[in-house]
Amino acid sequence: MSNGLDTARRRFLTGAATVVGGAGAACAAWPFASAWQPSERARAIGAPVEVDIAKLEPGARLTVQWRGKPVWVVRRGEGALATLPALDATVRDPASDEPQQPEYARNPHRSINPEFLVLVGLCTHLGCAPSYVKAGEGGLGADWKGGFFCPCHGSRFDYAGRVYQGVPAPLNLEVPPHRYLSDSRIRIGEDGETA
Amino acid sequence: MKALLTGLLEWTDARFPATKLWNEHLARYYAPKNFNFWYFFGSLALVVLIIQLTTGIWLAMFYKPDAELAFGSVEYIMRDVEWGWLIRYMHSTGASAFFIVVYLHMFRALLYGSYKAPRELLWLIGVLIYLCLMAEAFFGYLLPWGQMSYWGAQVIISLFGALPFGVGEALALWIRGDYVVSDATLNRFFSLHVVGIPLVLLGLIAAHIIALHEVGSNNPDGVEIKKHKDANGIPMDGIPFHPYYTVKDLWGIGVFLVLFAIVVFYAPEFGGWFLESANFVPANSLQTPEHILPVWYFTPYYAILRAIPDKLTGVIAMFAAVLVFFVVPWLDRHPVKSVRYRSKLFRLLLIVFAVTFLVLGWLGVEAPTPGKSELGLRLGELYFAFFLMLWVYSKERTAAFSYGLFLALVVLLMIFDSIRYDESKQALMMWSALLPLGYFIVFLLLPVHTRLNESHAVPERVTS
Repeated sequence: MSNGLDTARRRFLTGAATVVGGAGAACAAWPFASAWQPSERARAIGAPVEVDIAKLEPGARLTVQWRGKPVWVVRRGEGALATLPALDATVRDPASDEPQQPEYARNPHRSINPEFLVLVGLCTHLGCAPSYVKAGEGGLGADWKGGFFCPCHGSRFDYAGRVYQGVPAPLNLEVPPHRYLSDSRIRIGEDGETA
Repeated sequence: MKALLTGLLEWTDARFPATKLWNEHLARYYAPKNFNFWYFFGSLALVVLIIQLTTGIWLAMFYKPDAELAFGSVEYIMRDVEWGWLIRYMHSTGASAFFIVVYLHMFRALLYGSYKAPRELLWLIGVLIYLCLMAEAFFGYLLPWGQMSYWGAQVIISLFGALPFGVGEALALWIRGDYVVSDATLNRFFSLHVVGIPLVLLGLIAAHIIALHEVGSNNPDGVEIKKHKDANGIPMDGIPFHPYYTVKDLWGIGVFLVLFAIVVFYAPEFGGWFLESANFVPANSLQTPEHILPVWYFTPYYAILRAIPDKLTGVIAMFAAVLVFFVVPWLDRHPVKSVRYRSKLFRLLLIVFAVTFLVLGWLGVEAPTPGKSELGLRLGELYFAFFLMLWVYSKERTAAFSYGLFLALVVLLMIFDSIRYDESKQALMMWSALLPLGYFIVFLLLPVHTRLNESHAVPERVTS
């Protein structure tokens, strides 16, 4: 072994150094990738918000911000609720099978209290904010029963936030976790027991 | 004095290859003597790059990457900073100019087969530069923090959310760094726009030029000038890049700067194509603008995205439309490089592709009516059909092959149309199907029955 090369030993050392170095590089990349996650502050700001719904007129909509997203509270009249059963055949997910709502909102009217609909106001297609369009408004045709219309790519949702068939949005609008503190106060961002 | 300068140069050359680099890349880089109009755009891209870097550095001196201050700081640049309006308009016009120049540069490569051997890697590096430019433009567009900035970023980041198995949503959250586009997003986009991507871009551009000077420039005849060298080893159809092409390019730069200045001074918004009016309203996370659309250089892909009535398929088609450029050198294997000596049908193929791309770009800014969505979908089909035809035209095909492929494509179209079948659009779908049908009849069946797809003999040396 005076002048001879031990190639097997050299190959082993090269391989071992590559593996250890590679593991080190992967570990070093971790903090840089993690820095892109929402910061502690952003998570803290995602805390629940309280809404007073006492002054909401029937048919009116109120928008609040939760985790920076628009959250709507819509007070639906009898007329609006009556449109829902007839649309079962026209919407993609009539029985709310997809997990777009907490279990307590998985019912025909997709809310705890039939009168008050609570939704995250972002289209499930590409995140635009849909407009609230009542029946006969907005040039959506005579068949339009009222609900939400996304101006970006034309997705339509009914008065329970259920998505119509044949539009780009794949899922119903999301119902955020929420609970009633009293008859006129809702806390959004926090689960509670079924009302 | 002259002796002193010569001495200084000699001293330097012994320590740094100054003269060597000058000769290799300029004074003794032999480029084909027959460059035409299409060969201005490479050097023009460099000029635009310098404009963007200079104006960008100056803008960063006054801009504040903070969701509370960003919109106001742009207004401050426009109104209060001395000449700030000029620097900003040069930067915003430069962004569009960059894409105009790069699209023409890429079309030149398609015209003259500049992606074929031995220039495949040159083309690949070029496509990477194009991707970086798109990222750079996208990150930069959020910075003014106007309504279109905000909702444009929201839509593009949500594209990643289409990926299945919960990966998509996690990825979108990671890119935004918050549950919606917010200060965190703005701050990181600023960092990427002014430091990250420009560094990568500069490295890729250096690699692009090194690769070009290694293999040598292609030319409008698509013949290799290195095959015919004189006794000194210099290509007989080549001329030194400097002074011949430096002078030619300076003239082109002069014309370009005149046009550039006209836009900067008289039409910086360019009718809403370069700067969108919705962006003069500060970002509002609770309300989406009526029509939301990207800037013109992304609209062809955007039109493809929204023409497809399924979220995941639309997103895949959009990304595929960009990434397909990577495989072009391996799709088009035809031995003839230049369109000058390729068939009449190939020439028509390129024209149809250019028109498809432009019309898709126009559709991308229009409101999505059923008719326009349908047209967008059909043109999307033609867009991808172009790349298929590049492969089909690589060699002469038998009648059986052509008819077989034609039938297979018709069946594929029918399957696709039955999946997206919608009773209210029946007539529209039938009529619009004539577009891909006609396209395939012309480009697949005419070569069987006519001589329109015959190439011409390629000359041995470049024609003047």
